[in-house]
Amino acid sequence: MDFWLISLIKICAAIFLVVLPLVAYSVLAERRISAWIQDRVGPNRVGPWGILQPMADGIKFILKEDFTPGHVRKVYFWLAPAVAMIPALLTLAVIPFGSRLGSTDAVIANLNVGILYTFGIVSLGVYGIVLAGYASNSKYPFLGGIRSSAQMISYEIAMGLSVVPVFMLVGDLNLGAVIDYQKSGVWLAFKQPLAFIIFLIAAFAETNRLPFDLPESETELVGGYHTEYSSMKFALFFLGEYAAMIAVSAMMVVLFFGGWTLPFAGLNETATSLGMGFLQVGIFIGKLLMFMALFIWVRWMLPRFRYDQLMDLGWKRFVPLALANIVVTAVILYFWR
Amino acid sequence: MKIKRPKLTLFERLYLPALWNGFKVTLRHFFSWKKSEVYADKNEGYDFKATLKYPEELWTVPKGFRGAPYLVKDQNDATKCVSCQLCEFVCPPKAIRIVPPGEDGAAADRANAEKLPKEFEIDMLRCIFCGYCEEVCPEEAIFLAKDYYEGYDKDKMRRDYALTGTSRKEMIYDKEKLLELGGVHHDEIRKWEKKQKDADAQENFPVND
Repeated sequence: MDFWLISLIKICAAIFLVVLPLVAYSVLAERRISAWIQDRVGPNRVGPWGILQPMADGIKFILKEDFTPGHVRKVYFWLAPAVAMIPALLTLAVIPFGSRLGSTDAVIANLNVGILYTFGIVSLGVYGIVLAGYASNSKYPFLGGIRSSAQMISYEIAMGLSVVPVFMLVGDLNLGAVIDYQKSGVWLAFKQPLAFIIFLIAAFAETNRLPFDLPESETELVGGYHTEYSSMKFALFFLGEYAAMIAVSAMMVVLFFGGWTLPFAGLNETATSLGMGFLQVGIFIGKLLMFMALFIWVRWMLPRFRYDQLMDLGWKRFVPLALANIVVTAVILYFWR
Repeated sequence: MKIKRPKLTLFERLYLPALWNGFKVTLRHFFSWKKSEVYADKNEGYDFKATLKYPEELWTVPKGFRGAPYLVKDQNDATKCVSCQLCEFVCPPKAIRIVPPGEDGAAADRANAEKLPKEFEIDMLRCIFCGYCEEVCPEEAIFLAKDYYEGYDKDKMRRDYALTGTSRKEMIYDKEKLLELGGVHHDEIRKWEKKQKDADAQENFPVND
């Protein structure tokens, strides 16, 4: 009974107090940063410096007409936004976002196959987009859906292969163990830079962010898979995209940047007090925000890749590189350990 | 047409120089809180980039801008319009409506003019800001508002690209409103003053008899 209650509290707190506000404010951050990069001002009307803009956006999304075009396949059309949003949130279940909070572990589900679970759920994310493309029953969403399925499947392979060396070094699939391994401050990004770079780039492709946003590419596909969506259904796709960014940033923090640890002031040991626990959660969120800023910045920095270049990069560059990385790591581990 | 495809070096093909250059450009723009240089001299003290914070920061109209047509007074605070109705006649969308004073109407409030309009209305919703009224006016009594008349007050510059109202009726400007918005026309030529002087000179011309 206690377990259920505590898990429920952790889930609600993580989603409603951490993830959704983070999503809302990363949308605002995206708009402000893009404005500054493009010499504009950005949203600055709602509240001081526009900090209440997410509320205005939310109210707008809810009040808008939820229009269902006559030519769509209704069941899938309704299902797709939820399918796009939920995997991103589910991924966060296994992320250790801190060491201990009081008497509980700061992780919703301490799975010993954390990474397998993550990849399993992440690969579900493509269904939301494919379903949306199929259900919309018109040209642009269809093309967007096709592109996204090909892109996400391709990059999932590179992504999956890139983290294999990490787990060869750690020797455990539990994400908590990965953080324990990095406690000394020698983060895996320094030990496995190639794996990190491949994972990072694959993460951009997995979350449909520029320079790999081909499934939605506004200029050529008019929004791609969400062309036919409006109101809260569109908002769910939008939130899903940002939630996926948060999930994948959290993954990168855990796998390559030491999770909630910092290699000084005892911050790399399991917290003994509640304040320490929250401080470590803060460290984790801070690292996560750095990656969010990177995601946002890159979007306004790089142009979109051509589709064949995208496939070329995925299959001919990253998959072989990731495989080579596995082999090299294996050889080194065999001889030096 | 033959497109040149430059051979990229290995370093360039790694995409890293492109990344670095992109980062440099975006970073430079991110921190460039420079003012727009287009109207720099007109907008001193404002802190903006390429866009304006509109209601607070206002765009200064360029020379030749055709704003809303307003009636003007001369330097002696007299109405210049003589109710000749040429502007009403020339107005393409028929936005102007003039009621002349009639036979027993009020006299003009200045010399050299017989009459002044009893009513003068411009429907700003109909007006297309073409400037024909300004062009046709023989008395230089109606102007498409802009900031560049002599001695304009910088703080009271008229920004007549932002005509707003909450009803159709409110957008029909009557004579009093038009005169108030038009203000004083700083006319350098002063046609009637010169004519008066000429007439006076004619009158006092010494004749040998």
